[in-house]
Amino acid sequence: MSLQVEELTVYYQTLKGDVRALEEATFRVADGEIMGLAGESGCGKSTLANSLILLKPPMRLVKGRVTLDGEELPIHDMERMNSYRFERISIIPQYAMNALNPTQKIGKIIADLVRWRQVDFDDILPELKRRLDLVHLSYDVLDMYPIELSGGMKQRVVMVLSTLLNPSLLLADEITSALDVSSQKAVMEMLVSFRGWEFVRSVIVITHDLSILYQVADSILIMYAGQLAEKASTVAIIRAPRHPYTRMLISSLPEVGVKHAERRLTGIPGTPPLLLNPPEGCRFRERCPVAFEKCVDVPPFIQIEPGHFVACWKEFETNARA
Amino acid sequence: MRRYFGRKLLIYVLTFFLAVTIDWLIPRFMPGDPVQTMLSRAALHAEAREVMYGYYVRAFGLDVPLWQQYLNFWNALFHGDLGTSVYLFPQPVVKVIMRAVPYDILLLLPAILLSWFAGNHFGAIAARTRWLDNTLLPVGYILTATPYMWLGILLAWVFGIVLGIFPIAGAYSFELRPHLSGAFLASLLKHWFLPFASIFLVKFGGWAIGMRNMIIYELESDYAHYLEALGTPRKLIRKYAFRNAILPQITGLALDLGVIVAGALVTEVVFSYPGIGYLILQAIQNQDYFLIQGCFLFIIIGVLLANFAIDIAYVIVDPRTRLGMTGEGA
Ligand SMILES: Nc1ncnc2c1ncn2[C@@H]1O[C@H](COP(=O)(O)OP(=O)(O)O)[C@@H](O)[C@H]1O
Ligand code: SF4
Ligand SMILES: [Mg+2]
Repeated sequence: MSLQVEELTVYYQTLKGDVRALEEATFRVADGEIMGLAGESGCGKSTLANSLILLKPPMRLVKGRVTLDGEELPIHDMERMNSYRFERISIIPQYAMNALNPTQKIGKIIADLVRWRQVDFDDILPELKRRLDLVHLSYDVLDMYPIELSGGMKQRVVMVLSTLLNPSLLLADEITSALDVSSQKAVMEMLVSFRGWEFVRSVIVITHDLSILYQVADSILIMYAGQLAEKASTVAIIRAPRHPYTRMLISSLPEVGVKHAERRLTGIPGTPPLLLNPPEGCRFRERCPVAFEKCVDVPPFIQIEPGHFVACWKEFETNARA
Repeated sequence: MRRYFGRKLLIYVLTFFLAVTIDWLIPRFMPGDPVQTMLSRAALHAEAREVMYGYYVRAFGLDVPLWQQYLNFWNALFHGDLGTSVYLFPQPVVKVIMRAVPYDILLLLPAILLSWFAGNHFGAIAARTRWLDNTLLPVGYILTATPYMWLGILLAWVFGIVLGIFPIAGAYSFELRPHLSGAFLASLLKHWFLPFASIFLVKFGGWAIGMRNMIIYELESDYAHYLEALGTPRKLIRKYAFRNAILPQITGLALDLGVIVAGALVTEVVFSYPGIGYLILQAIQNQDYFLIQGCFLFIIIGVLLANFAIDIAYVIVDPRTRLGMTGEGA
């Protein structure tokens, strides 16, 4: 079951018009799946994640349905979503280092948060302590203020807090971008352990840095300029990418083991289009080496092999001929 | 913590020493001779003048070398003696000041406290009530942006002259002498109202806008977004935001309370209200350097004490300062 997203389309309303940050996203995340979500900055990754948990102005739901464990999420309804947030779907935000109120002790923050879930802090305390232990935090942190903790410690507190009620789906948005390479690895491994310990069932790991997904993600979804480009198992994305954008991404990546800073999603000529007035059809058109007439229409996101989805006219043609 | 306060205290002592020294320098290096000025007002003939001059110079302790004057000044200061007023000779400066201070407190303490409470509450409500934010908040901006003098004069003109409801000068009716009676208290209250209202209004606008902006800033901060994403009720998020937003307001309040001793110069001038502000004006007009010096000294002490109180208060209310101190090197 787990997560099913259908035709999810979300725009930002601005004075200049709609910023079309997410178009017709349709994909699934299976139970127990860790899905990487990758693409250049500004391609709509955070928009997608936020639509699932906190869709509020200036974001506007244009259309789409989201189902979690067979139940439709009322993503358009800020109030009704509250009962799903934290309990069924949770997030480790991009700004995890600043996610805790600076003037409140960490224990107090957590107690305040669980109280609204009809959970007594004292009941959950043993489990909380056990989990702090698992992420190598002493439970003295509960009696500390956020500024007394290092950035890495704060992030681990947020990871434990976000998953304390065992949500079905966890969204992890760029949680490693502020870290050095070795901490990145540790955090990623911790996410995998969280799934192993059943603190979470499925995870969407968002990053602009594909390489950090290799070790941890079961599958990878590639986005480009608000559109889904390709989704497949991690192995398939790395070994046999089908979308021209994914291909260029993968080939522009140096061998594994090269320094972080050099592994960014760069090296493709041109820049992504602005999403305020994006071009019609495939938005990768202007940078695509194999673009042709058909690309002025939006390519559908279609399964071309079991578990392998692509949105590219050229690929459909090649596939049909083969 | 001890080290923190030790260092703070040292800074305060140094500041005090410097401020007092500068204060001592003012009358001595200002143009004009205060004693001459005073004597020139009394039409004396030359000989009498000579004698009187000598007498006053001795009375003001100006006949000894400068360094001695300086030491004497400190000595007198520690005995609570700020010298003698020139224009109200022979009244001691301390006495003149003490007569003015109650009016400042009467005027400013309620104006500051009430505007603080009302402004913060109003600002917090405006931050979450769109129609209030759109209608009354602009009024707040206008209030704080209005040159204070104008507002005072406007109030005096409308309520004092056009409507004739309130008197516009003095602290009580000229026909009365201060004493405890219903009539006197009523007169006091009537004279107090307009200066009070003018200060209240301006401060109220400032607090309300400050609070509203701070709350909106807090509600847009990362921790508020995180709480929101975890489905925390608005009520709790607002509580956190209010708690954090009130911290800078507390500093502002303490600063305001600290300068109570400085009076409200413009208000007191507009309404001829006999507080320290008005006294300073008179002291300047009459070139009463010792009185000016005394007033400034009084203000210096008040502001320093208030700042010290803020430092302590902040350590108590904001964990960030409390914890920051232990992390500090030197
Ligand atoms: N609050 C906003 N108002 C208008 N446009 C926005 C807003 N937030 C993001 N966008 C736009 O939406 C697009 C997608 O942004 P985002 O989802 O944050 O990208 P990513 O997380 O992939 O870096 C970008 O073009 C960005 O400029
Ligand atoms: S649809 Fe056309 S433009 Fe888009 S990736 Fe495929 S070939 Fe290139
Ligand atoms: Mg992002």
